[in-house]
Amino acid sequence: MSPVGSGPTIGVLALQGDVREHRAMLEACGVASRAVRRPAELDGLDGIVLPGGESTTMYKLARTFDLFEPLRSALRDGLPAFGTCAGMIMLADHIEAGIVGQETFGGLDVVVRRNAFGRQVDSFEEPVEFTPSWAEPFTFPATFIRAPWVEKVGDGVEIVARAATADGGDRIVGVRRGCLLATSFHPEITGDARIHQLFVDLVTAR
Amino acid sequence: MENQNPTTGTSAVKRGMAEMLKGGVIMDVVTAEQAKIAEDAGAVAVMALERVPADIRAQGGVSRMSDPDMIDGIIEAVSIPVMAKARIGHFAEAQVLQSLGVDYIDESEVLTPADYANHIDKWSFTVPFVCGATNLGEALRRITEGAAMIRSKGEAGTGDVSNAVTHMRTIRAEIRRLAALEADELYVAAKELQAPYELVKEVAANGKLPVVLFTAGGIATPADAAMMMQLGAEGVFVGSGIFKAGNPAERAEAIVKATTFHDDPDVVAKVSRGLGEAMVGINVEEIPQPHRLAERGW
Repeated sequence: MSPVGSGPTIGVLALQGDVREHRAMLEACGVASRAVRRPAELDGLDGIVLPGGESTTMYKLARTFDLFEPLRSALRDGLPAFGTCAGMIMLADHIEAGIVGQETFGGLDVVVRRNAFGRQVDSFEEPVEFTPSWAEPFTFPATFIRAPWVEKVGDGVEIVARAATADGGDRIVGVRRGCLLATSFHPEITGDARIHQLFVDLVTAR
Repeated sequence: MENQNPTTGTSAVKRGMAEMLKGGVIMDVVTAEQAKIAEDAGAVAVMALERVPADIRAQGGVSRMSDPDMIDGIIEAVSIPVMAKARIGHFAEAQVLQSLGVDYIDESEVLTPADYANHIDKWSFTVPFVCGATNLGEALRRITEGAAMIRSKGEAGTGDVSNAVTHMRTIRAEIRRLAALEADELYVAAKELQAPYELVKEVAANGKLPVVLFTAGGIATPADAAMMMQLGAEGVFVGSGIFKAGNPAERAEAIVKATTFHDDPDVVAKVSRGLGEAMVGINVEEIPQPHRLAERGW
């Protein structure tokens, strides 16, 4: 952890998933990070990353270990968050194809469909145009793993990335509202910290 | 918009899939009902197979890939990833499993090997593979053949965690040893490990395998899972340990919790209460050598 006062501390939800990769990305951005498994570990955070993994497992563990409500209210109170894949699902206000009783932390007024791009044999890499309103656009080497997509966005939700689909259309794979950012793909496993840096910029600009 | 086509079956998506399973528990299931129980308990994936290792051990005979109908039923029943086992070297079973749309194939010593010389050429598949290993050389040979995830073998179907411990400690100790070598000593190390120099060099530089390392084979209790995680496993396969025990749903959930909070004895103690009987188990030492599954694969 960084010395007190030297910059933001960003948590990474560490119930399950690719926590280490996200922490390495935050480190590459020069930001201190902290694994979060318990409610007390939310104290003093400037932002939180919800990693890739299994959303059903994260939900179950967050409920059991009394992290669900504290994190949900922290997000409601404006804690900046960045979710990738399962993390995007956890940030969505509405999900499709969840398991019975599966809830999300919410915060982003979007409808996200789980495993929308298909099974693992359909998982793919594709360069996507990332077009944030708060920075210059760039092309990002995106990795989609049993990935969700965004079916609908509510008012005030900015679409920051779309992926081309085989039928010639495209799907929404990156969204942002205020300090909440979510992608269907996994920037944390590419070794490319640009999207994490954009999130850090959102956190520090508050 | 970019015009490039999406590319499937790359190393990044194969290895990346395993990264997403980290910190999680993958459970053996033989029916759609069991798969549902596993999903509800918080499993990150299920392994579909016809008989759990304990039954394979008890019943003997040749043990093969599962019935496609059964695998379909499990794929239908759950939304989490579904893995399935192919026999060592049986590339046609693997082709069938890929065609069924399973999310990961376990080229597994738990089934009867189909080829005593060659493993499957895993690079030629879109679906990723996990393979067992008892030591670093074996792990690196499987990665060379295209495995995107490694699990320490342990001794499946026993409920005896001792071999899982030995294999995990061996792999981790051999990695530490590599990391401590001088650059000019890595050539001989590669020869001794019977693994390609480039891969050996990569492991020495990073101090870890280039793929995710899970544990398997004999994990039966929350404390077993917690110990294996503390020994450096990145996640846990539980085979017979859940559905061969009393209260499978409770035990499954307890092992999931103990895996996440593996470093917190208070949590492990709490979840270990009231689980009823663990699977009966067999001491690995009492199994005659030819019947030890970990010795299949090379």
